Amino acid sequence: MYKLTHLKELESESIYVLREVAAQFEKPAILFSGGKDSIVVTYLAYKAFYPAKIPFPLLHIDTGHNFQETLDYRDALVEKLGAQLVVGSVQESIDKGRVKEEKGYNASRNRLQTTTLLDTIEEYKFDACIGGARRDEEKARAKERFFSHRDEFGQWNPKNQRPELWNIFNGRKNMGEHFRVFPISNWTEMDVWQYIYQESIPLPSLYFTHERRCFLRDGQWLAAEPCMTLKPTEEVVTRRVRCRTIGDITCTGLTISEANNLEDIIREIAATRVTERGGRADDKRSETAMEDRKKEGYF
Amino acid sequence: MSGYLDMELLRFTTAGSVDDGKSTLIGRLLYDSKSIFEDQLEAVEQASRNRGNEEVNLALLTDGLRAEREQGITIDVAYRYFATPKRKFIIADTPGHIQYTRNMVTGASTADLAIILIDARNGVVEQTVRHSCIASLLGIPYITVCVNKMDLVDFSEQVFAEIRANYEEMARKLGIRATLHFIPISAKYGDNVVEKSANMPWFSGGPLMQWLEDVSIEHKMGYDSQPFRFPVQYVIRPISDKFPDYRAYAGRMSGGVLRKGDRVRVLPSGLESAVKAIMQTDKELDTAHTPESVSVLLEDDIDISRGDMLVGTEGPQPTVTQVLKMHCCWFNEAELQLRKRYLIRTAVQETIGMVQSVDYRLDINTLEKIEGVSSLKMNDIAAITVKCANPLVVDNYADNRTTGSVIFIDPDSFETVGAGMIKM
Repeated sequence: MYKLTHLKELESESIYVLREVAAQFEKPAILFSGGKDSIVVTYLAYKAFYPAKIPFPLLHIDTGHNFQETLDYRDALVEKLGAQLVVGSVQESIDKGRVKEEKGYNASRNRLQTTTLLDTIEEYKFDACIGGARRDEEKARAKERFFSHRDEFGQWNPKNQRPELWNIFNGRKNMGEHFRVFPISNWTEMDVWQYIYQESIPLPSLYFTHERRCFLRDGQWLAAEPCMTLKPTEEVVTRRVRCRTIGDITCTGLTISEANNLEDIIREIAATRVTERGGRADDKRSETAMEDRKKEGYF
Repeated sequence: MSGYLDMELLRFTTAGSVDDGKSTLIGRLLYDSKSIFEDQLEAVEQASRNRGNEEVNLALLTDGLRAEREQGITIDVAYRYFATPKRKFIIADTPGHIQYTRNMVTGASTADLAIILIDARNGVVEQTVRHSCIASLLGIPYITVCVNKMDLVDFSEQVFAEIRANYEEMARKLGIRATLHFIPISAKYGDNVVEKSANMPWFSGGPLMQWLEDVSIEHKMGYDSQPFRFPVQYVIRPISDKFPDYRAYAGRMSGGVLRKGDRVRVLPSGLESAVKAIMQTDKELDTAHTPESVSVLLEDDIDISRGDMLVGTEGPQPTVTQVLKMHCCWFNEAELQLRKRYLIRTAVQETIGMVQSVDYRLDINTLEKIEGVSSLKMNDIAAITVKCANPLVVDNYADNRTTGSVIFIDPDSFETVGAGMIKM
């Protein structure tokens, strides 16, 4: 008797969602960060529409504080796929006075991305943004739908999300509103890694062990790059580290690790006792940090 | 590594009244199966301390939203994930409160199994009946009744037996066809959740986790014997130098199997052709199974677009009709109105429709069919007749949950206002 593995079932569901976006919306875009989740979403889109090209551009909101490895990977992928790349620049938003740079040791442009994202969506008239968010990542994401309606201010109202039943997705909206779509909602961190392994999907080198100058802050290793302001007591050392989740430099925690291939990474994750986003300083700002950002229009 | 790549997937939903301990049960399942990470536990311990709880309040693990944490109840449906060496599980944790029935229906629509929680002190209550009715209407194959808080009734075998008998009687009256299973538990202390309870030696069955791991998912594999159904979702046309004439119909297998060479019929047009190739990206398949996403190339160049359905030329055919009879659950605060225009949507089709009649409303308290009703309020469940502007291709929901389901969309607000399960 035919047997359907969980990865095949998840993949089938995600491809279905991506095709549904292409069918229901006029100008979708894939939110691309260079992190493993957006890489998997892009790969699934390639699978969904083959042999036609992916019918939407990749949209990257660039804080200006990205690891160079992330940018290199992004550019190589865009070329390989023959895809269109749209870059929204947070630096530009700052220069235009749309947002203000944070100050202080823990300054980050993470929250500023929301304004740049919403401005870019409006400029290009994107009506659906496809993201790699998963429901297991964080408690506010546990409530998300596959098709998440955002109002004309880009805001998410958790009390009013549409019921989502069976395979039926309601992407109807008024002018000026848009949707966020999350095709890998039901995938866990482990599922994503296993899929990457099964499909041999190439990843940015940051995910694997490498030597890096870093410093310790509040028990978390961070990269010592120009955009980081170190306290007098913080010492820069060289360590062999890797990233478990990749945000920009200011909010990506580094893990001391020797894992240099996918099997080692998977073994490490299986044994780990801290969640994937446990190393994300942006989530720690308050108990409801993610929920509050989403209400403002964040990913 | 290979073990992980070879697991199955079980989706289940949990329902129960606000105080039945549903969130605690899920917290316990995750906690005891070691699926809770250190930082999550730390955060919950801190949050429990902030509220003055002495013991770790496991419910805080699943109550994610700010308002929920403040009020201490679950408002929306939350999805949690865990895996044992045997299976990956998706839990749709749904609210028990009356005003969030729509969220329970949402979580239950794709579930393979429903866990219904009963407080051992209260037995079968109105909420139990309502949720069981919904689980049954949504065609969930397995209902697992967990009689919780057994610690508060001295782990009494008699209490459990009485509740079980009452539930079975209720299920008979409702005509529930799901496979029923009963387990006495204490979510707070862990009895019969992951480990077998030492306090209930009179119970011969295994704990809940064992049941979840072992319960057969044959119903999923049974898709093979269903009649072939393929709603066309999207047409892939590269129009490139490498693929100048390529035209493939993409979608998700929604019933039965499809083999290369099979003869297929397109509905609603009735045109026929044969399968030239079945593709999964660049891989050609001999056979496609439900629920795989594939793309299909046909021998003949016929006019097919999104909204059409490919079916077999032999075997039971779907109904092509403008008049639908269905069971409906209404979600919206604004009542269903007869003769008001709604958008009716199946997986790939959409048309305008209006409700011609409410044939009967189901009274959840008495299980009576109430006639002479002309509108539905939020959370009402009823049998209705809908007239559509264009023909839809549907099956009875009891035969196929994918091709037998529709949603109602309000044409002004675009909200999803109701869900329908075809019963012609």
